[in-house]
Amino acid sequence: MSALLDHLPEFWQGLVVTLQMTVASFAGAAVVGLVIVAMRVGPVPVLRAVATVYVETLQNLPLLVLLVLAVFGLPEIGLKAGLTTTAVVVIALYEGAYIAEALRSGVNAISSGQGEAARALGLTFGQSLRHVVLPQALRTVVQPIGNIFIALTMNTSLAAAVGVVELTAAANRVNLLEAQPIPIFVGAGLAYAAIAACAGFVTGRLERRLAVAR
Amino acid sequence: MIRVRGLNKWFGEHHVLHDVDLDVARGEVVVVIGPSGSGKSTLCRCLNRLEAADSGEILVDGVPVPAEGRALARLRADVGMVFQNFNLFQHKTVLENVMLAPMKVRGVSRAEAERTAHELLARVGIAEQAGKQPARLSGGQQQRAAIARALAMRPKAMLFDEPTSALDPEMVGEVLDVMTGLAADGMTMVVVTHEMGFARRAADRVVFMDGGRIVETGEPNAFFDSPRTDRARDFLAKVLTH
Repeated sequence: MSALLDHLPEFWQGLVVTLQMTVASFAGAAVVGLVIVAMRVGPVPVLRAVATVYVETLQNLPLLVLLVLAVFGLPEIGLKAGLTTTAVVVIALYEGAYIAEALRSGVNAISSGQGEAARALGLTFGQSLRHVVLPQALRTVVQPIGNIFIALTMNTSLAAAVGVVELTAAANRVNLLEAQPIPIFVGAGLAYAAIAACAGFVTGRLERRLAVAR
Repeated sequence: MIRVRGLNKWFGEHHVLHDVDLDVARGEVVVVIGPSGSGKSTLCRCLNRLEAADSGEILVDGVPVPAEGRALARLRADVGMVFQNFNLFQHKTVLENVMLAPMKVRGVSRAEAERTAHELLARVGIAEQAGKQPARLSGGQQQRAAIARALAMRPKAMLFDEPTSALDPEMVGEVLDVMTGLAADGMTMVVVTHEMGFARRAADRVVFMDGGRIVETGEPNAFFDSPRTDRARDFLAKVLTH
């Protein structure tokens, strides 16, 4: 226990980095997801194809591989950014593919009549997506997106493998000094669990608040 | 107002519309009737290109219906449509349903859109339902809200795709009354329906379709009292006996 308490500042530092990465990469993933789903359900064949390839590629590669490739590969071609920034961008692009798929299932759950009615009124495809289809789609996929948020939180720990000192890396460092893995990693695990519990609470509230009578 | 020439449409192997010609004059009410699968709904949906025809041309107000994009959206803004299943936006109140398109498509201010929406909801007789979600309304009220939503765009013409087919019998009348009022006000209307009483009462012309073709067309009293074709006679015998 003292192993944990003696190193609270390090843990706190790691937790702050984890939270920052989570928030930043989720925001990025949300934007990526919206853009990709708009392309994927849209009428332009080329954009649909690009979005499909994007989703299939990103979903079929392990995040760790993507992180390693980005951290070691990008500087080779002259793209240099901080480790944390690189990790955040990679996680955002990766999780964006999952958000796009969750949103797409939401779009498919909305009756096609909704989009037809919007277009029959003179809304463009983009407007009908933005004002009619996506707001309803989003409501049906609050829970899956909450799950993606939790998975994303856990996935930030993979950034430890490429040198970002977030919560897992911080715990690992403390363990190298104290050699008490059980209390140290249980402590780190509880911190992740707390974040996930908050996310679960928020999605539960959101789901009830956004419920649409049908 | 609406001019259709040589319209053909296939769903896969199925030839749903067969060389259809149709003219609708300004202020005219054309009621399209016919058995299920005769292509009447498809014809209606082709008029604002919710379905793309495979060949033929459609002119609205002298202008060919554009294939896609903003030009098509502009045309649709001028042609109102009412659906069998209402298709009110489920996440918006009735009032917001009516306000959305004028604000987003016409650029009308929120205050003006709201004023117009209240007027229209009063006109279709559901002023007191304005703040409710569509699912809280009866079918008849939902369809009247959908008519108000279409009217909010001040359309040049209105398309009705079986507007009363999904309604309980006791609600059909209230929707038909609104439509009869519109017809009396001089709205150009194309109405696909099974309501023969409405056709006789409100139509300037009845178009009878079967097998993807327009089989017979005529003034309602003449058509209902003495149809010229066997198929129309058969159809009327089946629908008018009960």
